[in-house]
This record gives sequence, C-alpha cells and structure tokens, in this order.
Amino acid sequence: MALNVVRGGILSSVQDLGRWGFQRFGVPVGGAMDEFSHRLANLLVGNDEADAAVEITLVGPAFTLTDDTLLAVCGGDFEPQVNGERLPRARPVMVKAGATLDFGRCKRGCRAYLAVSGGFQVEPVLGSRSTFLRGGFGGYHGRALKRGDVLETRETDPALYPGLRERLRLSLAASAHPPWAATERVELLSPGPYAIRFVRGRHWECFDDDALARFQASEYRVGAQSDRQGYRLAGPPLLLKEPINMISEGVTFGTIQVPPDGEPIVLMASRQTTGGYPRLGEVVSADLPLLAQLPPGAGIRFQSVSLEQAYALLAQREQDLARMRQAVQLQARR
Amino acid sequence: MKSAMPDEKHIECEIRPLGDRALTIELGATVSFEMARRVRMLADALQAAGISGVRDCVPAFCSLTVHYDPKAFLEKAPGHSPFELLSARVVEILSRASDVLPHPARMIEIPVCYGREYGEDIRTVCAAHGLSEAEVIALHTAPTYFVGMLGFAPGFPYLAGLDERLVTPRRATPRPRVPRGSVAIGGEHTGIYPFELPGGWHLIGRTPLALFDPSRDPPSLLAAGDQVRFVPIASADCDRLATEGLWR
Repeated sequence: MALNVVRGGILSSVQDLGRWGFQRFGVPVGGAMDEFSHRLANLLVGNDEADAAVEITLVGPAFTLTDDTLLAVCGGDFEPQVNGERLPRARPVMVKAGATLDFGRCKRGCRAYLAVSGGFQVEPVLGSRSTFLRGGFGGYHGRALKRGDVLETRETDPALYPGLRERLRLSLAASAHPPWAATERVELLSPGPYAIRFVRGRHWECFDDDALARFQASEYRVGAQSDRQGYRLAGPPLLLKEPINMISEGVTFGTIQVPPDGEPIVLMASRQTTGGYPRLGEVVSADLPLLAQLPPGAGIRFQSVSLEQAYALLAQREQDLARMRQAVQLQARR
Repeated sequence: MKSAMPDEKHIECEIRPLGDRALTIELGATVSFEMARRVRMLADALQAAGISGVRDCVPAFCSLTVHYDPKAFLEKAPGHSPFELLSARVVEILSRASDVLPHPARMIEIPVCYGREYGEDIRTVCAAHGLSEAEVIALHTAPTYFVGMLGFAPGFPYLAGLDERLVTPRRATPRPRVPRGSVAIGGEHTGIYPFELPGGWHLIGRTPLALFDPSRDPPSLLAAGDQVRFVPIASADCDRLATEGLWR
C-alpha cells in the first residue's frame, strides 16, 4: 500500500508531533506546524493523534493511490480533488485504488495535513517520524517529497472500524455523509487581521514603553521570509530601553524574540533549541495552530493574556478534540 | 517563583514560565564552569526523575529550560496551573539534588588540523590580533574549555574559556556553507560545526571527529558541562583519521 508522488508541491513533508527528548543535544523539535489540524486528521481516520501525517504547504502535491485508502485532510483549504471531483475535507474519505489525489494551491490558510488510516510507513529517527529538513534526517529520507517517491502506508486495523470502510467504499459522494466529521476552521474564514494572544515574556519590561504600546495597538504582517523555523513580522520596530546583557537560553514554540533591528520573529515548529535575543513573550498554545495557518502577508494583532487565561484557552481547545475522539470511539464500536 | 534551596550552599534559583508549555530555571547571571556543572547536575536530576508530562530538559549557560505537555497536566488536575504544579515538583527534586555530589566532568580531546584549507580564516584572526599562525594555534590549544550549551544545530557546542587575545567578532557576512567539522571562533566562544551549515564564525581548523550522528546513543559527542581540549594534528593525520571513518 502506498502513495506514489506525482508532484511534490512546494514543501510537503512527513511530520508527527515532534522529536522530543533531544533538545539538550541541540536537536530541534520540529513536527507539525498546526498541531491541532494534524491531530484532528489522525483522529478522523482512527489513528493515534501523534501518528505521522504529510504536511502540505501553499502549493500542494499530487499522489496516485495503489490501494483503496481511508484518509482525511484537515487544516488550510487547498480544494483537493480526486480524479477531478472535489474531495470533502475534515472527514474520513475512502479513495479508490488508482485514483489521483491532487492538492492545488492553498485558498485559505497555508498548511494542510493528510492522514491515512494506519499511518505512513517511515522509520522513526531519535524517536520521531518528523522530517528534519536542515539536518537531513527523519521522515521520508530526511527531505521533502518529490516526484517519483513512494510513500508507503501501514495496514489499517480491519477490526477498528467495522462498517466504516464499507460505508464509504461506494463512492466519493458517500463520504459526504460519514459517521463523523469535524467542523471547518471558522477563524480562517475571516480576511484578517487575526488576533493572536500571547503571554508576556522574560524581557517584556526591558522594552521601551512606547514600543510595548505599539506592539499591541499595531498590525503586524507575516513577512515573506517566514518558514517552519520562524515567522518574521513586519511592523513598527520594537526597541529596548537600554542594551541588556543577554545569555542564551532555551526557547519554545511561539517565543517572540526581537533582534537588534526591532522586527519581531515568532519561533515556530523547527526553531533552534536556544536563543540569544530578548524575548517579548510567548504565543499561547491555543493560538499556535491559527498562526501556523497564516501565509506571508497576513495581518496579526497581538493581545496580551495571563498564563491562567492561556491554560483556559488550551483546555477549551482540547475539549473540542476530546469530543471528536469520543465521537469516533462511540461510532466505531457500532 | 523564587526558591532558596534548603541546603548549606543555598543555591538560589528563579523559576519563570516560558509561555504555557515550558519553564526556565535561572541559576544566575555569570557564565562559569561551576555554573555549567550545576546546570548539568540539575538537568540530570530532573531527567532521572522522569516526571510524567515533561518532554525535554535543556541546559544552557546559566539556566535550565523544562518543556512540558500542558494537556497532560490539565487532564490530571483540571483547573490547576500546570506551571505551578510542575514548579513545585521541580523545587522538590532540585532541593534533593543539591545534596548529591556532581559526577566529575568528562574531558574530551578534539584533534584539529589548523589553518590552510581547513581553517581559511586563521589569517583573519592573526591579522585582527597581530599574532602569528603558530601563536593563534598555541593560544587556542592551551585552555581547557567547557561546553556552556549545545544549540544552533544538533551537536554544535558553544565552548567557553577562549583566551581573550583570540576574541574576534563574527564575520559581517555569514558564509552560506561552512564545511562539516570546522573549528571556529565567534566572539568570545569557540565551536565546532557538526554538519555543513551556514555560519558567521571564523574558521581556524577542522576536526575529523563526528560531532553528531542520529544513529548513535547518545547522538551527540558532547553534552553541556563537558570539558574539551583541542589537540593539533598534521593534515596527513586529519586525512588518515577521516578515511578511517571518523568523518562518517
């Protein structure tokens, strides 16, 4: 069972939820940029939510399928098609052997996640199936997918969803009424600017008061030089009250650091493990999936929240996923 | 959260949230070998404690960052702050760890072929400080360095202890490709590029040792708190060591 890569797209790579446990050796965590969509896509096809999926960026890939494949696509909207017919998103879909699954250009958001029931057959490296592009290891031979690649999939557990495969086997149209489905991401339907919440960080008080006011009152734009490692933001520069003596220390997904030019950078999934620039704050976990969907040019307004609020927002987000997990488990036993 | 540890040395530390999925334990603001050893000891103690929900402990020069999965804590104790819960555990473990004598630091010797095509910026360093190539090599091989942290890339050590006479600001324009194994000076640090990478440090030599290999356990030759010495070798030895497979 495999997906044959007909076209690789701009950047399509195998990602799971990250390579944890090796940051002390300088190994970036990596993993899915939009963890929420990644986990949701896996849940929809009965996988463990930490299984590997394909992360698709801006201009998508095309695959032909060697076997009937139960799959789900979540995240940014690429209007993917199967043999010219629109593929329903955010729900389990059965695609027939020999069909071509073609992701076009992204219409909304900028990253989609393709999960197949059973998961992808790639060997873990340092405990993870995530592709570490700069290090050249993990995922599919340590690199992005390209034409001619054969991405093998693992067998679906046939006992897992008795009836589901049968129910969806008839046609793509049958997938319009699956036993479960997720709702579309509403926040991506707006044209922006998008509200991104953050918790104040280590060097907040070291910044000029005007700068801090500007940071929350102004619109920042995702810069063209943004990638899986970090988002460069264009907007009013943020300057320190006075130079501070920086000693490098650990950073995290969402750290907003400010280099001497004053233009903030938000560290994303493939960030380095440590950093030496002043930190303004950290984007809350609940808003990282939205930030990861913003393409270059998108507008952002930052809002400060307390750590307690950050946890409450995350707990709410997790409830949505927990409800989906329960729905799948309940239906699957029928 | 401030905490004075209940031992005779009274190690003070400050625990701060790093967003909602990590926290940083700050142990001071002065870079030293003793500090690096303390950070390493605490990192080892936290690692050994195996706290469920903790995903990574990352030592740096004067601090330790602990990455956790907030949802693991939210599921176990709904309504409680994962940061507060984890901080309390950290304080408890650290107070016990401070009674334990640290293991002696490992000393790792790094063979280096200095100058020529292996370290083409050695002349820049000579010119910047009015030193001969032999003097630069002598000053670079004399000290015992320590690994302040690994970062920038897998296995890349930030080595502290560089002789003041060799401190050289980074290149104005970074190189798009620095060869693997390059030994370099960047400001007050010296370091080694484990892969071919872009980089702005001055290249003064090259080692045939593999600094990082994902198939090894541990994957990195060096860890924070280790001690390092550089040993000059002839280019023939460098080539020989390389062909013996140490380049990997």
